[in-house]
Amino acid sequence: MALLEIKKLGISFGGLRAVDDLNMELNEGSLVGLIGPNGAGKTTVFNMLTGVYTPTNGRILLDGKSIVGKKPNEICDAGIARTFQNIRLFDKMTVLDNVKVALNSHYSYSLFESFTHLGSYRKKELEMNEKAMEILKVFDLDGQADYMATNLPYGKQRKLEIARALATNPRILLLDEPAAGMNPAETQELMHTIELVRSKFHVTILLIEHDMKLVSGICEYLYVLNFGTLLVHGKPEEVLNDPKVITAYLGDEEEEEGGSAHGNA
Amino acid sequence: MKNLIKNKNNIIIFAITIAVYVLIMILVNAGLLSRQMTSIIVPVCVNVMLAVSLCLIVGFLGELTLGHASFMSIGAYTGALITMNLTTLPVPVAFAIAIIAGGLVAGLFGILIGVPVLRLKGDYLAIVTLGFGEIIKSIINSLTVTGGAAGLSNIPKYSTYKQFTLIYIIMVLMILLIANLVNSRHGRAISSIRDNYIAAEATGIPVSRFKVTAFVISAVFAGIAGVIYAHNVGILKPGNFDYNKSIEILVMVVLGGMGNIKGSIIAAVILTLLPEVLRGLDDYRMLMYAVVLIAMMIFNNSAFKARLLEKKNLKSSEKEVE
Amino acid sequence: MNVLNSIIEQLINGLRTGSIYALIALGYTMVYGIAKMINFAHGDIIMVGAYILYVFVSLLHIPAIPAVLLTTMACAVLGVVIEKVAYKPLRKAQPLAVLITAIGVSFFLQNIIQLIFGATPIPFGSIIKIPAITLGSITISGITLVTLIVTTICMVSLTLFINKTKAGRAMRAVSEDKGAAELMGINVNGTISLTFFIGSALAAIAGILFICQYEALKPTLGALPGIKAFVAAVLGGIGSIPGAMLGGILLGVIESLSKAYISTQLSDAIVFGVLVLVLLVKPTGLLGKQRKEKV
Repeated sequence: MALLEIKKLGISFGGLRAVDDLNMELNEGSLVGLIGPNGAGKTTVFNMLTGVYTPTNGRILLDGKSIVGKKPNEICDAGIARTFQNIRLFDKMTVLDNVKVALNSHYSYSLFESFTHLGSYRKKELEMNEKAMEILKVFDLDGQADYMATNLPYGKQRKLEIARALATNPRILLLDEPAAGMNPAETQELMHTIELVRSKFHVTILLIEHDMKLVSGICEYLYVLNFGTLLVHGKPEEVLNDPKVITAYLGDEEEEEGGSAHGNA
Repeated sequence: MKNLIKNKNNIIIFAITIAVYVLIMILVNAGLLSRQMTSIIVPVCVNVMLAVSLCLIVGFLGELTLGHASFMSIGAYTGALITMNLTTLPVPVAFAIAIIAGGLVAGLFGILIGVPVLRLKGDYLAIVTLGFGEIIKSIINSLTVTGGAAGLSNIPKYSTYKQFTLIYIIMVLMILLIANLVNSRHGRAISSIRDNYIAAEATGIPVSRFKVTAFVISAVFAGIAGVIYAHNVGILKPGNFDYNKSIEILVMVVLGGMGNIKGSIIAAVILTLLPEVLRGLDDYRMLMYAVVLIAMMIFNNSAFKARLLEKKNLKSSEKEVE
Repeated sequence: MNVLNSIIEQLINGLRTGSIYALIALGYTMVYGIAKMINFAHGDIIMVGAYILYVFVSLLHIPAIPAVLLTTMACAVLGVVIEKVAYKPLRKAQPLAVLITAIGVSFFLQNIIQLIFGATPIPFGSIIKIPAITLGSITISGITLVTLIVTTICMVSLTLFINKTKAGRAMRAVSEDKGAAELMGINVNGTISLTFFIGSALAAIAGILFICQYEALKPTLGALPGIKAFVAAVLGGIGSIPGAMLGGILLGVIESLSKAYISTQLSDAIVFGVLVLVLLVKPTGLLGKQRKEKV
């Protein structure tokens, strides 16, 4: 059985059918790409998977159990973590604290201990610091642990977001355009990081990306969305040479540029 | 290394806390303070408590409530009614019960109001808390047990400057608890909601639960401040706890730098002392508050401040990213 | 027959207060649509309008109609000045900062008026001196008549303005997407100023109608109608102009009926109850658009 199964998933906003009849499967340990032109509904799929939107119809099964209707934080606890297209860090908190927020439920202590700093407070905080630094180290962020998140350069902010998502100890990691706004060198480094994350954290990854070099470089399997429906899916070399995919993309060449500019903002 | 710095800071803060206490005790006992100044010692403490408790909501949760004075009023009336009716008990026992009950009842109202209301945020939350504040005021106004519009008088004065030691301990304890909370997993969760609630949810933070938690803690502390206030002035009127009072506390938090506990304390002390020191300023007090609110917000978001911050950050950070 | 009469009279009362709420609510909704902020000081413009009218009529002895026009202009300009001084520097700031500033402005207006005119209420007779008319067994007062006519004119002209003129189109464009509107050559700052101008002018008219009914001035007189009009704007769906009109009138009727048949003291609580209920059940209001934060 696949780790994540999406069956006949659909959502409407008013009269607009944003995603329709989507079927997907994610096997444990795989690295899958979700691609498609702008407005195809990719981020909407992520939002349904993480409980931000409730699907109008269809099922989402994590390990055979439905997660439809759960709140975002419950889905996070169930094992799906994500990053955002437009970076969403806790700006006024330090890099370290950004990660520690994500460790919240794994190193629990009581409100009383929070008030008094007695009991297991010290021990748990030390463990949290250790764990957080360990994760930050993977992303080469340990040197900036005391920085305000907002003061990090752009590329590092993206990395911190991934680090924070991983700190929730997910089984599935959803990356929404991780390479948006990065230069080729940074993208290259990111690809390396994603590979590293998969091997080190044993996590299944689904990513949305426009950078075809990244997609064809690391993804093992691709799903292509167009106008909210699944266009094709398969191995990258098959999918990327599929005439239907090429038409879908070329037709949107110009908007594409607008899209990545938006990602930069 | 870092722990050493932290310990050093703690020692300095501890020393200041003791020094302030000793200084005030000397001033009071040597008769160096005027009667006005002596009578304002406890109100200063009360305002510090109110400012610190509101700071948790405005500074750390990042939401605005305009009904903080009504939590104070709930505490004040509850406490006053207890000490006025439990006359057979020894004073310390009755007062202790009043303080605990005042805090608890205010907290209970915090839950009652918080659970439905805290699903909202921003402007909506602010205006609904304002509405609830007005409703609580009008309920107190119409009940007979609270004395209606005439209010309560002859409340035993258990918290004058003579009980300064006790009140100072309560205040310091309250500050300590909030400062500790902010540096804990609960505090981080609350701050993460302020910075980005969508990311907070996605990171596994049950946003509503932490919002209510922060709201209730703040209400409990405001309630306790209310009990002390009631036993300091001896008279309660519903009008004491209006919108203006809520704004006054808000000004302290804003002036203190929103999310800065030390700043809130200093602002509360200054803003309470200022009208006493500069008599005749009282007419302009509210106007001044208004100007402070507007000016602080514009300053906080000005290019001037951004430049100041940039200079400060240059050393520690590689690049300022907007 | 008597019951029916009394109900009709209450409905007319409700319509009168409701149309005043609607005028105020329009200002909230227009500003929200354009600036994405709740202008807390909007209610206080009503109060300032009432005081300015008092100065013109009672102190300077200017005839009613020019006094009304001058008052409306003065408030409209005040609205623009407030936006320029207090809100414009915060366009890119966090919502909390804008909210606190707006509260600061509201507090400022109340207290400056209190410093000038004092806190004790000033009696101020109505400037509307039109006799009541009787339709069958129902009497409609002159003030009610004027209120209904004036608010209808205001709403119709506003609707025409928004839908038929170039400036109105610019307003709609800015409220949809500020950035895109700017790229299309729309003067965004000018449009925002115009919005505050119109919103505050409507508030001034509402203030004049309000003071003609209540006949006493005090620095806080704008707070309650302001908050109720805000409730009306939310009820109708904030950002929606027809919503503000509908919400205002509905709220006026609800308030009038609950005052007459439930309890005068509880009527404010009922109004707030409506707000809480709407926000919890349907936060977008009756005619509001679904607006979800883009993730």
